[in-house]
Amino acid sequence: MQPQFATEYPAVAPQFKVGERVRVRMTAPLGHIRTPFYIRGHVGEIERLCGSFPNPEELAQMRDGLPAVPLYRVRFRQKEVWPDYRGPDSDVIEIEIFQHWLEKA
Amino acid sequence: MIERSHHDMGGLPAGKVEPTEHDYPEWERRVDAMVQLLRLGGKITVDELRKNIEQLPPEAYDKLSYYDKWIASLTQTLIQRGLISTEELGRKMEEVAKRAAAVRD
Repeated sequence: MQPQFATEYPAVAPQFKVGERVRVRMTAPLGHIRTPFYIRGHVGEIERLCGSFPNPEELAQMRDGLPAVPLYRVRFRQKEVWPDYRGPDSDVIEIEIFQHWLEKA
Repeated sequence: MIERSHHDMGGLPAGKVEPTEHDYPEWERRVDAMVQLLRLGGKITVDELRKNIEQLPPEAYDKLSYYDKWIASLTQTLIQRGLISTEELGRKMEEVAKRAAAVRD
């Protein structure tokens, strides 16, 4: 098994650029999923590429999770995610999401 | 169809969060040590541990303490990995229960 913290993995090419708008895929497969349910279907903006990491959905099933998948920090407007949000319009929530959960918005 | 796993509860109505602190009893320290050693030794991944916590029945997920969940999940993981067998574990548990009963009497 590969060590979990090494970053020298064969990896899928990053598909999104900082500032690009993306939609979180609206799906609910079984298994171990790191994309919170509440954010699925919402549109955000790529804040940064965090690096590429073995796919945790595969690691959880005792496979190596390779090729590694780009992980992005995605910024969402709180007001868009929670319609009854009472804070300022400028408030955001940032979530780290793997590339295969994102599509161009 | 399972739309939303029980553990994936972000954004659902909930009561007030009451933070509590406690001293870690010896067994919790041992569970923590076992998890770290097995993980660093490349025998298990945190993703498998999370998967097995997420697959606890909802009642157990709500009722069990933090380290109760860890030990349940670690046990499941070790069995899935073939590092221990169910029979071996069952026999050891009987042995420990007898030993504990002998100390009580």
